[in-house]
Amino acid sequence: MSIASTSVIQIIPRTRRGVELFLLLIAIGVSVGAYVNIGITAQGGVPASTGLYAAGIGLLALIAHLALRFRAPYADPVILPCAVLLNGLGVAMIHRVDLGLTAIGREKGVPFAPQQITWTAVGVVLFLAVIVVIRDHRRLQAFTYTLGLVGLVLLVLPLVPGLGINVNGASIWIRVAGMSFQPGEFAKVCLVIFFAGYLVLKRDVLTLAGRRFLGLDLPRARDLGPILVAWLVSLGVLVFESDLGSSLLFFGLFLFLLYVSTERAGWLIIGGLLFVGGAFFAYSTFGHVHRRITDWLDPFSIDGGQIANGLMGQAWGGVLGRGLGQGRPEFTLYANSDMIISSLAEELGLTGLIAILLVYTLIIERGLRTALGCRDIFGKLIATGLAMSFSLQVFVIVGGVTGLIPLTGLATPFMALGGTSLVANWAIIGLLLRISDQARRPQTPAAPVSDETIAMAVQKQ
Amino acid sequence: MSELTLTLIKLGFLALLWMFVLAVLSVIRSDLFGAKVDSRAAAPAVPAATRTPKAPKPVKKRKGLPGSLTIADGPQAGVGATLVEEPIVIGRGSDCQIRLDDDYSSTRHSRLFLSEGQWWVEDLGSTNGTYLDGQRVTRPVPAEIGGSIRIGRTTLNIAK
Repeated sequence: MSIASTSVIQIIPRTRRGVELFLLLIAIGVSVGAYVNIGITAQGGVPASTGLYAAGIGLLALIAHLALRFRAPYADPVILPCAVLLNGLGVAMIHRVDLGLTAIGREKGVPFAPQQITWTAVGVVLFLAVIVVIRDHRRLQAFTYTLGLVGLVLLVLPLVPGLGINVNGASIWIRVAGMSFQPGEFAKVCLVIFFAGYLVLKRDVLTLAGRRFLGLDLPRARDLGPILVAWLVSLGVLVFESDLGSSLLFFGLFLFLLYVSTERAGWLIIGGLLFVGGAFFAYSTFGHVHRRITDWLDPFSIDGGQIANGLMGQAWGGVLGRGLGQGRPEFTLYANSDMIISSLAEELGLTGLIAILLVYTLIIERGLRTALGCRDIFGKLIATGLAMSFSLQVFVIVGGVTGLIPLTGLATPFMALGGTSLVANWAIIGLLLRISDQARRPQTPAAPVSDETIAMAVQKQ
Repeated sequence: MSELTLTLIKLGFLALLWMFVLAVLSVIRSDLFGAKVDSRAAAPAVPAATRTPKAPKPVKKRKGLPGSLTIADGPQAGVGATLVEEPIVIGRGSDCQIRLDDDYSSTRHSRLFLSEGQWWVEDLGSTNGTYLDGQRVTRPVPAEIGGSIRIGRTTLNIAK
């Protein structure tokens, strides 16, 4: 009897934490390299704060890495380094815009970079909390409706009088204890979990009931309820909070998860029609939506407009960019938050911008890969939803900055200045890594199978 | 600082950034180019690389007989076994040669065995039945190359 006769192929689970450490070192190298580069070109020498910056980023990355090593050893090795790289590059760029703003005398609030590093630390703490507290993502399914309610409450929180504040026409902020937060960022995570839990229960009915019409499987009229509710809520966000980006994000997320869980293109068509209807209604009714669209169609009609300046900067950057510290990104309004992609494109050029977009794509790819490998539908849907929220966000903001679609105020994940978004994104990464740990873990947590045990199992036949 | 130094720093940083992207891509290469485990090609290679190497027995193969059984779809796609002499048990149990991760299969679901110079498929009294090319298997039936066995939600292909 030989084991060679019945060679069962096993996928050997590997932890790959060493590879992660290696990639993390490169990511930290790139971030510190950017910081030093900015120092040399804009400050005339390696800045004294380099050590502090390197220690901060390095320590945070190392803590996150150790948490994975001990608490989620089979998690995906690529996601964390990508997140660290984006975060580090973002901080370096914010620092660079700080220098520029000081140089042109717009010093209100400067410097922003230390603030962003503090928020990174808070984000990593939340990341640790997610990894340590949530041992199994399936436990979250018990909180489906609670999280749905929490998500809705967070969404309407900025409308509470006395709590919400209006910044630049959008009321998506709340002010508590002197600090402002964007509760929508956390509402996104809660709602993804809610959508996933809800669709796990309802997907069979949504898939199977219905009839064919013109070669399309259309759902029953009464099953349209949830999609109409999602549509009304996102329209409500648009009307009452004047936030085009979040509204698009929530509706897109729900629609996408509905499509993924039911595999029926009919939902996409219904959702697309609802979206077009909503968008047209918003365009003709609300002044701020109308203005966004005219800005998009003719960005140069306003002298020194945000989009126009951003586009000029990107054009000046060209293929290889001006070089870090040698552009003038500070002339653009919100060069360190909404328009950070255009600041990066100005100094790193198309070459650098493509690399950054690839890093985003890699995070999204790993998220979808996690969903494919995950063994339970709930986990699959959460991973898909989180990856899609990332991709929608990147598409909406980069599309807006580059002039492909109207600019809306969504945060560039991990890069843009803004604490809430950064912290929420670290939580998302934590959740994704937790699910990927479950997905890649060996199915039977038994001792490694030796030749003898296999031979014995075969002999039992 | 000279123009040349600045240009070199600029290009150096871009190179560093791309190095990260390429390093990540090389780590996930198997995702991009596919690590589909084809049992015919990979069956001898994978165990040799991962377990303690053991000289594989030279196996006499009769012509025209099925040589492998592979799961065709789902998360376990590519998992399978080579058909040599010994019978193969398929099911959810840990002592099965092909272990299915399928809620609709029984612990010891069905069996493939060699008899009278032919491979046969036999149902081991499973709850949901075994289907060979769409026909429910009630008694041992001959398994031919190109046939497909359905167990629960899993389909297995018989190949040369």
